[in-house]
Amino acid sequence: MKDFKAQKAPAPAKQGGLNPEIQARIGHQLRAMYDDVVRQGVPDRFAELIRKLDVPGETPTSGHIEGRD
Amino acid sequence: MPLTNALRDDILAAVPSLRAFAISLSGNADRADDLVQETLLRALANIDSFQPGSNLPAWLFTILRNLFRSDYRKRRREVEDAEGSYAKTLKSQPGQNAHLEFEEFRAALEKLPQDQREALILVGASGFSYEDAAAICGCAVGTIKSRVNRARSKLSAMLYVEGAEDFGPDDTVRAVIGSSGS
Repeated sequence: MKDFKAQKAPAPAKQGGLNPEIQARIGHQLRAMYDDVVRQGVPDRFAELIRKLDVPGETPTSGHIEGRD
Repeated sequence: MPLTNALRDDILAAVPSLRAFAISLSGNADRADDLVQETLLRALANIDSFQPGSNLPAWLFTILRNLFRSDYRKRRREVEDAEGSYAKTLKSQPGQNAHLEFEEFRAALEKLPQDQREALILVGASGFSYEDAAAICGCAVGTIKSRVNRARSKLSAMLYVEGAEDFGPDDTVRAVIGSSGS
């Protein structure tokens, strides 16, 4: 990635007329931030919370709760 | 529909993006995980009201967003979380420049009005359609589109425009004050 400050773009003229390059960069940053959390997967506390629930009419997947990671 | 193993797996699969959404809304990892936990408990307690075949992530996001809204009203007077709490949730260690850029972006995002921030995240990061985002936020599709556009414009002004904090009506006001003030 190129230097952030050096790439300051000219002011977008008006609302809705955003420079496509800036728009793409905002989208990229937003997804990068979001995906950093998504990649952490399911923390144990939630995996356990959900897995220990009884599902009526179906056999439990396992009596033992397997931790992730 | 009743809870099935398949449905339970689908809920579990939605947890990572629920966390990402919760953290981007609240800016605080601990509070975000409490929100996710409460969302899951509420979803499971109300699983009978979930329509089979409808969008499960959108249903879960709606619950989380409503919980955050009511929680936010209760907590709005509390001191905001210290800077950098978001960064602490990250396992990756980005390079120095990338990290600075990231922090700058995160700070700018937190300055957006809540309506605009959530619309931008739902459409731009979670990947929901405008229609789904409108259903999650309980507003019209056109409203979501305009919130997303305003959010992008503001972020652009904060991050990529030299010396501009904001633009739109405020600039007009400043220009008027500036020209008649002296």
